[in-house]
Amino acid sequence: MKKMTYAEAIRDGMRVEMQRDANVYIAGEDVGKFGGCFGVTAGLFDEFPGRVLDTPISETAIVGHAVGAAAAGLRPVVEIMFIDFMGVCMDELFNQAAKMRYMFGGKAKVPMVVRTPCGGGMTASAQHSQCIEAWFTHIPGIKTIMPSTPADAKGLMAAAIRDDNPVMYIEHKQLLAMSGEVPEGEYVIPLGKADIKRAGSDVTIVAWSWMVHKALAAAEQLAKEGISAEVVDLRTLVPLDKECILQSVAKTNRLVVVNEAVRTSGFAGEIAAIVVEEGFDLLDAPIVRVTALDIPVPFNAKLEAVYLPNETKIIAAVKSLF
Amino acid sequence: MGDVTKEQLLDFYKTMLTIRKFEDKAAELFAAGRLPGFVHLYSGEEAVATGVCASLTNKDYITSTHRGHGHLIAKGGQVDKMMAELFAKVTGYCKGRGGSMHIADVDLGILGANGIVGAGQPIAVGAAFANQYLKNDAVSVCFFGDAASNRGTFHEALNLASVWKLPVIFVCENNRFGISMNQKDHMNIVDVSQRAISYGIPGVTIDGNDVAAVYETAKDAISRARKGEGPSLIECKTWRHYGHFQGDAGLYKDAQEQEEWLKKDPILKLEEKLKVLKFAKDTELKEIQQQIQGQIDAAVEFAENSPEPSPEDVLADVYAP
Repeated sequence: MKKMTYAEAIRDGMRVEMQRDANVYIAGEDVGKFGGCFGVTAGLFDEFPGRVLDTPISETAIVGHAVGAAAAGLRPVVEIMFIDFMGVCMDELFNQAAKMRYMFGGKAKVPMVVRTPCGGGMTASAQHSQCIEAWFTHIPGIKTIMPSTPADAKGLMAAAIRDDNPVMYIEHKQLLAMSGEVPEGEYVIPLGKADIKRAGSDVTIVAWSWMVHKALAAAEQLAKEGISAEVVDLRTLVPLDKECILQSVAKTNRLVVVNEAVRTSGFAGEIAAIVVEEGFDLLDAPIVRVTALDIPVPFNAKLEAVYLPNETKIIAAVKSLF
Repeated sequence: MGDVTKEQLLDFYKTMLTIRKFEDKAAELFAAGRLPGFVHLYSGEEAVATGVCASLTNKDYITSTHRGHGHLIAKGGQVDKMMAELFAKVTGYCKGRGGSMHIADVDLGILGANGIVGAGQPIAVGAAFANQYLKNDAVSVCFFGDAASNRGTFHEALNLASVWKLPVIFVCENNRFGISMNQKDHMNIVDVSQRAISYGIPGVTIDGNDVAAVYETAKDAISRARKGEGPSLIECKTWRHYGHFQGDAGLYKDAQEQEEWLKKDPILKLEEKLKVLKFAKDTELKEIQQQIQGQIDAAVEFAENSPEPSPEDVLADVYAP
């Protein structure tokens, strides 16, 4: 094990895969010598000559070229500087990458990773703070990953690169500097395996990405008040570990889902629907969602704090179930 | 055009005629209500796909369009599997999952027809990048129409291809219409090839109904790309005989212009040339026509007699294992 930040762990995940497989390459805006807008690719340009490519500011060409390169045998890992820019290249992802295999009768494979940071709390305003993972989970043919710790970030990056499908690898800006123990060398976490980040018996809190840490902080506080919360970190939204969620709810009989995205049509609703359909008898109380408000992300820090989910809101949601 | 041999011209003739007869049959079947979905026919533009693909091998990639049947046949697609796909049968190229607008065969280097105008451009650039990265000497060709050169994908793809000096040839089939909209109303230039200037790559405009001209021009561009000298743009002026899709009567076309272009039919032009050069007699051409008609009829029979995909398999192939 080695202590590293979430950003370093993502980089280490890419580095190990690039060492393993000469067909893995990186492309994106300022990912080369500059090392990426958030420094995630720093040093790889020199370490892997000709395999870390700066692109023009052309998100459509970045994702679109990755589709062609992947279909032609490479394993591109492309960076979209902010997830908010995905609107510019959505056709390449949702009509091309996601559908090629099915439309072509199973003959093509499109092993590509789109790395992109999401999330708020940085006064980055409405076009640089969003959580739009539900856009991608709504498209069959794409896998969606949202790691919450450095170790998960590394292990899931390896799995994403080795996967033969288009993968949205969504980082969180708040987590990039977070540090933790990370296994050295090859380390792969299979996609579709949730992780119980804290065991508990009274209530299940399902979360992913930054919100896992909000849920853990809330659980800590709740423990002091005599409520034992179990925190389930989904890690990958597609494929989804339904079993883990249902098993936890079977134990606790109560469910709170925390999602940093806006409320309407968010992935928290999907989790709630699954548990109602497949685990209704397990529930002793209604399911509660803790989400952002249905508004564009406000710039002012006080307004943004009102917009975002936080420990206080999670604690209140949990208490409402008892 | 001294380089084009008798054998090549006869090969071109067979390919172009296969495309034409495939399209005529598709038109007939669609009008009779025997084909599901939409079909966009390539009739009138056969010289472009044929002339370009003549210099490609299975290692080279193409991206095609909604009007893709001609590209597929010219790149080596089998008419029976294509026809079966039009009929949505399990024996089709896509097992009946894609249809006319999504026929593909990665093994033949065909990265798919495409239902989104302009979507093939960045994909062709990516395939060209793979060729460059793998140093495999292969190229990719992107077919698209005049109207697709108005998409942002065109700009981003040509710019990136130029910056990275990729082995890709952008082939604009300028049939003068974006669906119903005349080129003069959808752009303020006459020659799409002018757009190459903005990206610092060569651009040329040629007669897209002259298969030998297309062949010679594309051969040079392809050879240039293979040598690592970068991308280029070829604009082929041509004309689609039918409407945008089957069912569109094309009433927005000027009748006189349509008549003039029909006289410039690339297949008629080639037949004339074959006869003038004494490469083929009428009787020989008739023989070829009958042979190809036989193949198309057999393709329809194969398609009609093929089974439909099974509903039990509907979930397969969403994800690669």
